[in-house]
Parts: sequence; structure tokens; C-alpha cells
Amino acid sequence: MSNERRQGRILVQLFPSLIGLARRGLAGWAVLIGGVIVATVAIMTVVSPWISPYNPIAINVGPILSPPSSEFPLGTNHLGQDMLSRVYSGGSIMFQVALLSVIVCLVVGVPIGLFASYTGGYTDKVASLVMDSIYAFPGLVLAIAIAAMLGPGVVNMALSIAVVYVPSYFRIIRSQVLTIKELPYVEAAHMMGARARKTLFSYILPNVIPSIVAVATINFADAILTAAGLTFVGLGLPVSTPDWGWDLTYGRRLLPSGAWWAITFPGLMVVLLALGFTLMGEGLSELFNPRLQR
Amino acid sequence: MSLRSYVIARLLLTIPMIMLLLTFVFLVVRVLPGDPASLHFEKQVNPQMLLEFKRQLGLDKPIEIQYVEYLVGLLRGDFGKSMQDFSPVSQQIFSAFPATLELAIFSTIIMVLVGVVLGVQASRSYNSVQDHSVRIFGIGSYAIPVFFLGEVMIMIFAIYLHLFPAGDRIYPGMVPTGLTLGGLHWSTGLYTIDSILEGNPSKFAMSLRYLFLPSLTLGTVLCGIFIRLTRGNMLETLQLDFVTAARARGLKERTVVYGYALRNAFLPILTMMGLQFAALLAGAVLTETTFSWPGLGRYLVDRISFRDYTAIQGVVVFFGILVAIVSLAVDIIYAYLDPRIRF
Repeated sequence: MSNERRQGRILVQLFPSLIGLARRGLAGWAVLIGGVIVATVAIMTVVSPWISPYNPIAINVGPILSPPSSEFPLGTNHLGQDMLSRVYSGGSIMFQVALLSVIVCLVVGVPIGLFASYTGGYTDKVASLVMDSIYAFPGLVLAIAIAAMLGPGVVNMALSIAVVYVPSYFRIIRSQVLTIKELPYVEAAHMMGARARKTLFSYILPNVIPSIVAVATINFADAILTAAGLTFVGLGLPVSTPDWGWDLTYGRRLLPSGAWWAITFPGLMVVLLALGFTLMGEGLSELFNPRLQR
Repeated sequence: MSLRSYVIARLLLTIPMIMLLLTFVFLVVRVLPGDPASLHFEKQVNPQMLLEFKRQLGLDKPIEIQYVEYLVGLLRGDFGKSMQDFSPVSQQIFSAFPATLELAIFSTIIMVLVGVVLGVQASRSYNSVQDHSVRIFGIGSYAIPVFFLGEVMIMIFAIYLHLFPAGDRIYPGMVPTGLTLGGLHWSTGLYTIDSILEGNPSKFAMSLRYLFLPSLTLGTVLCGIFIRLTRGNMLETLQLDFVTAARARGLKERTVVYGYALRNAFLPILTMMGLQFAALLAGAVLTETTFSWPGLGRYLVDRISFRDYTAIQGVVVFFGILVAIVSLAVDIIYAYLDPRIRF
């Protein structure tokens, strides 16, 4: 089958499933609306170099602290930077940090959760204790400590966020595996002589994936908010990158001068993006796990 | 299991948890960066001075000795010395803590109050516009960065409307003195309580006004989970026979809902308050920074800009121990109120 025809088929299959999603009530709508929001913001961020009227990091492209006008639709900040251009491109750091931290969480949290809960006994107890200790800790405070020691940078920010959220993955996987591993089909796999690794990855993991997807989506929202928080306490990236978090942090000092536009638009973008991911995550976990409403 | 043995078992479980946490923080601050002292100076200091600096802070010793000294120090309430001026961090922590505590208390009140009232209203009008708007508000509140909401509050209530002050805890020079009996002074550091002890209603009103915006901000951001919890609980409870029976007796709807049905949601709400305490502290760090509230969170953020890693370690450890103690307390209260939990 040619590549184009294959793509065509995937599109045809995807479309009814989107309609199907909307038919599954509020949860389906939440996923759909959340997905549209996230996709829109993502596309906006990707194409920002072509749609931005000005260079987002160039200073003095306009007057300092100009209110929204026809030339600068979202106004300018204290450096004379165009807020519209900064709003277009400021999400890229957020996406990078969030994506990276979710990947780290998946790579670290999923195997630990699977192995510990499947093996049980002492391994499970120790892993649970460690994970619960981290889970109980105020997430942002821990992330601040780690980020302060690692220094600024996208990777370091993502790592410090990931440490905080690995326990969420561990806990959801553990609770699922503990139930699944007692099911008759897993026993049947054992009887047929399947090795532990085969059972774990080929038979148990596929049943856990929906929950992992739901957690990862909510994790995206958390990671975005935490990344903005880290920037706010001064652990963000250098000025040379357009970033909503940076605008929110420095815009605070402009408030007494009445420059509401300097924080409102970047702030709304963070809210919109976090809301999109939250809606998706909430909807997904309700679709996958109707009884387990958090 | 009796309540006593449950408390003992729960206490014993807390110890390894705190130990793990302390070790983790130690690893992050002392081992992860290699040498926190050189990091403090960004490597622009002569080796002789660096050595003297490390000696002052006890950072020149082998790492395992440092670890033991760190744990022994914590047992005595010593949270280490600041890299800035070698002053004990514990002093700063204890003087900043009341501000954070007061903010936490008032935020909790707003968080639970808003969450429960909205949750109850939503459950009473299940699947209506009101219900859906409350649910959307719940999810939306979760997606707002607390400092952005704080900035918007400052913009609206402090800068445009001049309704509430923003910044610091009280007007300079108005700090309540607390209780004075003869030559004895006693103050809690909580300005609302101190002003009552002093018998000064205008200071009390003023401290409440200063508390309003930060607590409203933090409370609003965290109330979503209580909306969901109360709504879910009430939806089930309102179907139960005893509610129908109460209505049949001709009680007012308000009494039925708040006096009878809501009681069932009390324990889950209490548990959730314990679970949310960590989120409350994390939110307080950002709220305090936004409102220049002189609490622990702002102290932590201040220390970050000075690269004062020993002080950062001290505050983080203090937060961790605080959370462990609160979750222990909530579990014990829960077990006392609900004997089923002790199994």
C-alpha cells in the first residue's frame, strides 16, 4: 500500500473516532475541546516565526509600555518589546520543558512502577516508601531546591519537575498492576510458561497504558504550571528567550504603572494551555476509568 | 487495633519517611552540585577564602561526617547556617513561620468554604447550567498559576479600586504587640491573634484587610478539589433514605442539606485538607512572593537570588518535616473520628 493511501486511511479512521468522542458525553467533549485548545496553541507556537509582526526578543521595536493599539495589538512591555510577538512565541519553552519532563517521568516511573508492583514483597515496600515520601512533599518546593542546585536550562528545569511527578505515575501503575496481576489471563500466561518480562510488558502493560496516558496528560498541565512557577521565583531561563513565565514575572513590577496588558495576555496563554491539558486529562481518565473519578 | 497502637504504628511509619526525605534533600543540596560553596561564588574566589568559607559552614568535612552533623543538628532544631552571614537559619525560619501559618490558616478557611458551598450548590442542581459552571470553575481554578491570579487581584482590588492593600502584613509601625501583663510580653506572631490579645480592634481589622487578597488568591486556586469532593459526596448522600426521611419530616431544605447531608462529607473533606496541606505550602511560596508577604516562602525565594544553598536546604527541610507532622496529625484525628480506619 502506498504511503499516501495509508495516510488517507488513518485520516478516515481518525475522523469517526473524533465524532465518536463527542458522542461519549461530557468527558468526550472535554477531551475534544482540550485537544483543540492544545493543538491550536501548539500550532501557534510552531508557526510563530512567520506570523509574529516583530522579533519577540528585539527591544525598543516600539515605545515603552504602549497600551494596546492598532500597531501593537497587545501593547508593549518595559523594554519596548511587542507583546503580540511574545505571546505567539512564548509557549515554546513551556512545551519543551513539559514534554521533556513527561518523557523522563515515563522512562523512569513506568518501569519502576511495573517492576516493583509485579515483584511485590520487599522491593515493592521500599519503592512505595520512597515514592510516597516524594509524593508527600510540596512539589514546587522540591522542584525549586533541585532547580536551584542544577542551575538554569530547559533540561534542568524538566528534570527538577520530573522528579516531583514520577511518584504520580508510580502510584497509578502500582494500583492497576496489583489488580491486573491477579486476573485469570495473567495466571494463564504463567501456566503457558511465559517469562516474567513477557507477562509484564506484553500482557500487563497494554492494560495499564490508558491510565498512563491520562496521568501523562494531567502531568503536562502540572509541568507547565510548575515551569511557570520556577521562572517566577527566578529559576527560569535567560532573558534572551521569549517566555510567558518571564513576562509574568517581570510584568508584576509594571503593575503599579497600570500596564495591565504586560501580564494579562501571557498569563491568559498559560491558563489556556494548562486548561487544555487539564480538560483532556480529566476527560481521558473519566473515559478510561468511569468508576475511578479522582 | 486500638487507637493507641494505631498511633504508635503510624508514628513509626513517619520516621523512615522523614529520614528518606532528609537524606534526599541532603543529596540534592550537598552531593548533586559537587560543591555548593563554589557554586555560591560562581568560582570567582581565591582558594584560601573558599576553604575558610567552607570551614565556617562545616562543608570542608568528609561528606559522611557532614551527613551525620546535619541529622544531629536537625534533632536539636538546628537548620544550618546561612551562606550569607553565617547566622542560624532556624532563627529566620521561626521568625518567618507565623506569617506563613496565618496565611495558610486563612487560605484554608476560604478554600474549604468556597469549595464546600459551591460543591453543595452544584449537587443540588445536578446537570443544570449552575452545576456545569461550577464544575468548569473547578477545573479552571486548577489551571490558573497562583501568581497570575495574585497579580490580577492586585491589579483590580489594590491598584484600580483601592479596596484592599497588597504587600506586607500590616501598615508599617502597626505591628500588634500581643499580650502584655505587667512586664511580661507574649505574642504569637499571628497578627490577627496578637491584635486581639493587645485589645486593639483597628489593628485586627487592618491585619484582616492585609490578609484578604493573598488568602483569597491561594484559597481560590486550591478550592477545585473540594468542589469536586463535596459535589460527588452530596450527589450520593442526597439519594439516601435518611435525607428523604428528613425532608418528609418537613425540615427546611437548608437544614436538610447543610445540617444532615453535609455531615457525611465531613471526613473526606478533613482527609483532603490534610492531603492539600503540601499543595497549600507550595502555593504559599508563590503567593508570598506575589504579595511581598514576609513568610517562609518569600524567605526561600530571597535565598535563591543570593545563592544561599544552606539556607535553601534549611527551609526545604522545614517544609518537609511540617508536611509529615500535619499528615500524621490528620491521620490520627481521622482514626479517632472513624474507628473503621484502624482495622
